Amino acid sequence: MNEAWFTIGDYEVRNDDLWIVGTAICCAVSCAILGCFLVLRRMSLLGDAISHAILPGLAAAFMLTGSREPMAMLGGALVVGVVTAFLSTALHRWGRVPEDAAMGVVFTSLFAIGVVLITWVARDVDLDPGCVLYGLIEFTPFDTASIAGFEIPRSFAWLFAILVINATLVWIFFKELKIVSFDPALATTIGISAVLVHYGLMTAVAATAVASFEAVGSILVIAMLVAPGATAQLLSDRLSRMIWIAAALAAFSAVLGYALAVWINTSVAGMIASLSLGIFAVTVFAAPRHGLIAREVRRLSLAIRIAQEDALSLLYRRHERAAGAAASAPPLTKHAILEATRAGLIGRVALRRLRRLGLVDATPPGSISVTPRGLEAAAPLIRGHRLWESFLARDLNLPLDHLHEPAHRAEHFLSEEIRERLQAERPEASDPHGRPIPPPSPRS
Amino acid sequence: MFDELLRLLTLQDANTRTVLLGATALGIASAVVGSFAVLRRRALVGDAVSHAALPGLCLAYLVIGDRNFAAFLAGALVMGVGAAAFIALVKAWTRVKEDAAIALVIGGFFGLGIVLSRSIQNEPSGNRAGLDGFIFGKAASMVASDAALIGAIGAGVIACVALLFKEFRVLCFDRDFASSQGWPSLLLDLLLMTLVCVCTVAGLPAVGVVLMVSLLVIPPAAARFWTNRLGTMVCLAGAFGGAAGALGTGLSATLPAPASALTRGWPTGPLITLVAAAIFVISLLAAPKRGVAADLVRRWTLRRRVARQNLLRRVYEALEPRGDFAAVWTQESIPHSSRALRSALRAGLVERTETGFRLSATGRAAAARVVRAHRLWEIYLITQAQIAPDHVDRDADQIEHVLPPETLATLEAKLAEEGRLPAGVPRSPHRIGAPVEAGALRP
Repeated sequence: MNEAWFTIGDYEVRNDDLWIVGTAICCAVSCAILGCFLVLRRMSLLGDAISHAILPGLAAAFMLTGSREPMAMLGGALVVGVVTAFLSTALHRWGRVPEDAAMGVVFTSLFAIGVVLITWVARDVDLDPGCVLYGLIEFTPFDTASIAGFEIPRSFAWLFAILVINATLVWIFFKELKIVSFDPALATTIGISAVLVHYGLMTAVAATAVASFEAVGSILVIAMLVAPGATAQLLSDRLSRMIWIAAALAAFSAVLGYALAVWINTSVAGMIASLSLGIFAVTVFAAPRHGLIAREVRRLSLAIRIAQEDALSLLYRRHERAAGAAASAPPLTKHAILEATRAGLIGRVALRRLRRLGLVDATPPGSISVTPRGLEAAAPLIRGHRLWESFLARDLNLPLDHLHEPAHRAEHFLSEEIRERLQAERPEASDPHGRPIPPPSPRS
Repeated sequence: MFDELLRLLTLQDANTRTVLLGATALGIASAVVGSFAVLRRRALVGDAVSHAALPGLCLAYLVIGDRNFAAFLAGALVMGVGAAAFIALVKAWTRVKEDAAIALVIGGFFGLGIVLSRSIQNEPSGNRAGLDGFIFGKAASMVASDAALIGAIGAGVIACVALLFKEFRVLCFDRDFASSQGWPSLLLDLLLMTLVCVCTVAGLPAVGVVLMVSLLVIPPAAARFWTNRLGTMVCLAGAFGGAAGALGTGLSATLPAPASALTRGWPTGPLITLVAAAIFVISLLAAPKRGVAADLVRRWTLRRRVARQNLLRRVYEALEPRGDFAAVWTQESIPHSSRALRSALRAGLVERTETGFRLSATGRAAAARVVRAHRLWEIYLITQAQIAPDHVDRDADQIEHVLPPETLATLEAKLAEEGRLPAGVPRSPHRIGAPVEAGALRP
């Protein structure tokens, strides 16, 4: 029965391992699918409250039926889970208790009742209170049922069923969930009941928490619900992609979490939960679009581009002024340019890039002059700047001494298209200060 | 059992005296700090902090290699502050919202704690760590010096709150005002969160990581029902928290212990939470200011008064064309609800005659007052708020029952100033219809 399938290093992966990993994947993925909506609808804490609060439901069902009959436990926990959602809202609305405090009151009280009940019943039966904290996913293969001739672990069967149900529900009601998540007011106006969706989602969360209870307990399941969704939110701007990413991340942390837990001999569920937090933490920094590193890189490259453009237009203007006189402009020192544009590392990097692009010339060392190609590259910038100044002077009636600053800021963001539209509306040859507007570059 | 509890609570037993005093000090301190956290809408940050303390405890054990109370508290404090910072930074730096960040910390840090504590307990010497006691709390395992430390921490926290009471008050009710007054509101916020962390960590041995937040949230939420003043609320919350701490610890020490694999005896945390929850439920139902029962009574009296006044106005307006307000009428000639009639009869506003009913002298005066208030308000709406005469009736219906006498007096003074105050009951500015039924009114 428990034969080895393959080996990883010295470790023989056996049938039992596969069942546990399969259970962990089903649990993590079914939580992650719902978790996306909890995260988007800012109801993560309600998920937290419900997963805590199913405990007394489980204990009460157990005390009433005297057995671990799954349907009874599911029913008991579902009732308490929905009651939690309802009670928190009621306390908030009618008791005028702040929303978060209302949740705090309801779920801690219910959880305390649950612990007391379980401590009570644990006197004479084998309901292990330890599974409240970290679940018993390690013992999954020992509790099997015969389904269609196969010996399948009970926990796996339940979680697989929940996974199928959750996936189907989200697939069928995708549109409704999406609208309610992003624009509840619109949902109401087009006849989708936000309240119905809310309680439906809460029921699904409660059912998932109940099915996951035996595997991962009632506290760690919060990490499984929220972490993949929150991580996926940093990785995607589309709901459908976010759900897929969350599911993939959940499955990944289930597999890797099991491997790590076996390796250092500790709780599997705890490892999956901490791993998903770790993945979130890494994503906060490393996400390609919304990550802190990517954002900082974007900010830096923008700063460098602006420093580059400022240096170029500074040189262009000097050249322009000198062109009126007989002699050509003496080159500027590097120090003077950095002073005028941006000192420090960013300014230096910008100058080095300009030199490498052949837009400025740095001979003799320490002095910098603009090359003909540099003048060509600076022309569109100056053009944008002066067109913008004309626009501000003509259309917004700004006084002459108020034009440079805003144009100086805007010039870096004026695209070719905007420049040409400004030009088309105001066909002028010079800006309000009387300086010539460079013609459009011949390439366009 | 109750004798024993009484003996415990009257501090006759030297062993439990310190434990009980420690739990009480903790209950008071965390409720006092929790009051501000609840008002600042930071109630569940405490939950995240306490869950995050578990890995801190484990790390402290791994570093020290032995059970040392002060080291445990230090480890928990470091992780707790780290968790609070994690939440604040995730909120500030990413598009992930605060609630998801809190939930992440609760689940993820707790998972980390479970990983560490399991691997410690899988070591041969691991059971000496006594880490399980921190999960649901085990006040009995406290020794005198632990309790003294908790007491000292609690006293320090309360002193801190007392010193910064004014600052915290402004922070909770109007943070922007605090900033505009030049107070370091960010620093104050951080200080408040640090105090929450300190209380949470001090409470771990007695209440445990899972339910510590209940001591922060439930007593202040209960105290809020009794008063609208911050000082009173903080004192009441402290009293509730102290009572919950003392009673819960006492109960866990006296109840016959069940043999449970996880907790070995009654865990203190759930019992303290349940005592606090009982106080909360009592406050919710019975508090005279904001309690549900008081609210229901207020609502019910208001509804009856509205029904009575509607009846009076209806009768008054029906009799107005005849000019004889003492005339006899019947249910058929002036339709009305019989409940309102019974209430008016009991109040002596209406008298029963052989052929029907009649307004008593007080009823006539009351009816004139109600109709006058209604029509004065209508005149106000028409002249001051520029509302069309055929739209004012409903609006006045909504307000006439709750119009305070001062407002009425102001209204009259205003009209008198302009020389337009009608003597007696003014004429209705519109055609008379039926007043709005009581059920449609919301206080």
